[in-house]
Amino acid sequence: MPVINETLGQYSELFMLLAAGTYTVAFIAFAWDLAKSSKMLRAVDLKAAASSATEKVTVAAGRAGGSLSAPDAGGPAGRAERPTSGLTVEGGTAAGDMKYGAERRAPARVAVALTVLGVLIHGAGVVTRALGAGRVPWGNMYEFLTTGAFVAVAVFLIVLIRRDLRFLGTFVIGLAIIMLVAASAAFWTPVGHLVPALQSYWLIIHVSIAVLSSALFTLTFAMSVLQLLQSHRQKNLSTGGADKLGFMRLVPNALSLENLSYRINAIAFIGWTFTLMFGAIWAEKAWGRFWGWDPKEVWTFVIWVVYAGYLHARATRGWTGTRAAWLSIVGYACVIINFTLVNTVFNGLHSYSGL
Amino acid sequence: MSESVKAKKKSPAAEGANTADGKLQQAKSEAALPALGFKGMLRWAWTQLTSMRTALFLLLLLAVGAVPGSLFPQRAANPVTVTDWIKNNPATGPFLDALQMFDVYSSAWFSAIYILLFISLIGCVTPRAIAHYKAMKSQPPRTPKRLSRLPEYGTLALPADAGIPASKAINDAAGLLKKRGYRVEVRDADGDLPSLGAERGFLKEVGNLVFHTSLIGVLVSVAIGGLFGYSGQRILVEGDTFVNTLVGYDQFTPGTNFQSSSLQPYSVQLDKFEAKFDRGESPGKAGQPIDYTAEVTTKETPDSPAKKEVLKVNEPVSLGGTSLYLTGNGYAPMVTVRDGEGNVAFQGPVTAKVQGDNYYSSVVIKVPDAKPEQLGFQGFFLPTSIKNEAGISYSAAPELFKPELTLDSYYGDLGLDKGVPQNVFEMDVRDLTQLNGRKLEAGGITLLVGQSQELPDGKGSITFDGVKKYIGVDIHHNPGQLYALIFGFLAVAGLVMSLYINRRRVWVRTGTHTDGRTMVEYGLLARGEDHRLAGEAAALRELFAREWNVPETPDTDTKTVSSSTSKDQ
Ligand code: HEM
Repeated sequence: MPVINETLGQYSELFMLLAAGTYTVAFIAFAWDLAKSSKMLRAVDLKAAASSATEKVTVAAGRAGGSLSAPDAGGPAGRAERPTSGLTVEGGTAAGDMKYGAERRAPARVAVALTVLGVLIHGAGVVTRALGAGRVPWGNMYEFLTTGAFVAVAVFLIVLIRRDLRFLGTFVIGLAIIMLVAASAAFWTPVGHLVPALQSYWLIIHVSIAVLSSALFTLTFAMSVLQLLQSHRQKNLSTGGADKLGFMRLVPNALSLENLSYRINAIAFIGWTFTLMFGAIWAEKAWGRFWGWDPKEVWTFVIWVVYAGYLHARATRGWTGTRAAWLSIVGYACVIINFTLVNTVFNGLHSYSGL
Repeated sequence: MSESVKAKKKSPAAEGANTADGKLQQAKSEAALPALGFKGMLRWAWTQLTSMRTALFLLLLLAVGAVPGSLFPQRAANPVTVTDWIKNNPATGPFLDALQMFDVYSSAWFSAIYILLFISLIGCVTPRAIAHYKAMKSQPPRTPKRLSRLPEYGTLALPADAGIPASKAINDAAGLLKKRGYRVEVRDADGDLPSLGAERGFLKEVGNLVFHTSLIGVLVSVAIGGLFGYSGQRILVEGDTFVNTLVGYDQFTPGTNFQSSSLQPYSVQLDKFEAKFDRGESPGKAGQPIDYTAEVTTKETPDSPAKKEVLKVNEPVSLGGTSLYLTGNGYAPMVTVRDGEGNVAFQGPVTAKVQGDNYYSSVVIKVPDAKPEQLGFQGFFLPTSIKNEAGISYSAAPELFKPELTLDSYYGDLGLDKGVPQNVFEMDVRDLTQLNGRKLEAGGITLLVGQSQELPDGKGSITFDGVKKYIGVDIHHNPGQLYALIFGFLAVAGLVMSLYINRRRVWVRTGTHTDGRTMVEYGLLARGEDHRLAGEAAALRELFAREWNVPETPDTDTKTVSSSTSKDQ
């Protein structure tokens, strides 16, 4: 048994608080960026309105040429050929490739810098917690929340290196703040040993993959919500309606959001498949059966099936776009239920999570 | 099924380019429904069942169907809880029971969903496998007339003095594509406009098929486990030996096809059990268990050499095709009971059933051998007994700091001779006469280790000799398990292949310009989702340029379709 170091544990809690504080400032900066940039973009849009009219026509023509598809796609009835959000209007949305543009968004830069600072402090909190307990820092609700929030922010920042997803900042950072506050307020647990049921290397493998996949699902959830909003807005704009969601100018078009979230969901689905399998292997080691429909197992399965449904929807005619986005949202709702209700309310073999 | 109807109505619009002809056909097939014969009906039903929309619908239904099993207690896991639940909810209980809400995963409706899903899956996978096998053996499709209409398109011009005629260019291109893993067919190599068709990524579909087939494999493995497996439980007090025969088990659940001859008569003796508890190492968690270790001696067969092994939570012991798991533990107070005639009628450990915090446990002692009358005791065992202000004892710690037995005693007929199986943890006192008890004149029995107490009326005596520990062991044999694991990993491998291999087609056409330059044009097409198609086009362009030494000038002809699917990366 490793020795518990309470001093480190207290440092860890201090770091968590500091991280939450830093995130709060970052959150404000992200929100400011949304407000400011959308105003600026509107001005740019208005100026460029005349010239862009012609450009749009060529873009649309190129697209029509591109949608040529192989005539001999075999497979079951109702199989979709290509994903479509059914919308081609690009006006009033950010670039679909989600690459960094030339324009300088000072508040966004400040926000990202603060987020990096926050995640470093947060990371220090997670590491000191681990050192204090002499084990991986995910053995109870408090630790799931603090480590989970860290992973969510870290994954977000890693994706930011390649893609300009800063428009998701308010959402991701807001969620991280909620998780940290919930951890400290409702689930606070001092550093301690693991109960025997959790003393297994499978805890390291199974839970880390689960947390990582959940972080990815968090991103796609946010993107799917934005996709629905954007698709609604694009439809509205294309029929000449007024733009009521000005901040959505900063967000790419619905189809781009759909495509990127599909790719992230595909990775997360593989991760979740591993989560489920490793969970089963661990259950076999700990309880002698690899599957017993314990509430936690049920919900892990439900999540898996819903996201399998999502992947299917993307391959089913009439189910791409908006409906697939809804499935992605439902899947995430199940992730949340699995994490909150199932850990706290339902009782099963998994209810040792430190409550 | 309203979903599929809705989607169906929408589909012509969604397709957009649907001709009037197609619409007419669709209208026909919908209208023709009542006129179908029996065979036609079957075919129609089969098409419906194996369609993507139905698969999606069944998948979502499966997800919804699984949920009630987490809301209500399940018989398979907690039969007692279910009985209590129904008793406590007389209004809804029986109704929910009729809906099989307490047996969700073996219920008729849940089974119907997954069986339909798997039939749909087989109906889906089989024709696809056949179609794909054919596709893999056939040549890449013919070169389209206008390559420029493909999503990725580009041209290269080779200077006249380079000495690369159209026919050489096409063969070079074929070589390069082959090296890159494409299957290539060159057409009209010596004609005016030689061209080639190339295709790669057949493993994508293979991956998809492997994935779906493996799911069937997992299901079958689980079924095999249910048919030929078995599981059981046994409580072992320190010093006890378990022999793997039917009578050795306290509780035994055979699979449907179980034969008792398949039990290998190995033996396990519990030498020592140790539980460690948190003692002030982490604040607020005092008394939380941090380690359970059981030392056992095993024998593979009655004649094999004895082997010392350690059994822990998360570290099962494998023996004779089964696995043994440490799933519970508790205390077994040792008592000696003398009967009215002064003879020892019972001596040994009694397993106490843990009821509350800090191993607050219930105890039942049945002494059928006591003469002239049978004796029975029931009460509680506390490892660390402390009295609160109200004078009620409770257990203050999980360790044996001050073990205490508090018992009531009875005499009469225990009813053990009637042949009706009885729960060892419970005693029916209705036909017994009480001797000791808090409300009786004689009072209850309270014993510390080493103490004994005479029963009233010379009925005998009871002595608390000491405390041993016991463990609960689960024994499982599941022959399907390994296969389920293998199919599980196969499924993941298939999934990764299917999601990350891209199925692509490339066509190249070469020709000679009137000014003597050799013109090369190429086009790429992806089947399904492929966000790296543009990247592949760029890579091919670079390969071609290097092969023919064409200076890489910005190519005004290269077309990139404005959609993020192909533009990014
Ligand atoms: C046990 C239930 C099923 C599960 C868990 C499941 C899961 C999946 C997953 C995760 C994918 C995405 C990976 C890929 O693109 O290959 C997929 C694709 C696919 N599934 Fe299933 N599936 C199930 C049943 C079915 C059934 C019944 C059908 C037939 C109607 C079907 C037909 C397909 C097809 C055609 C694809 C490929 C989509 C594409 O071309 O992109 N699946 N399935």
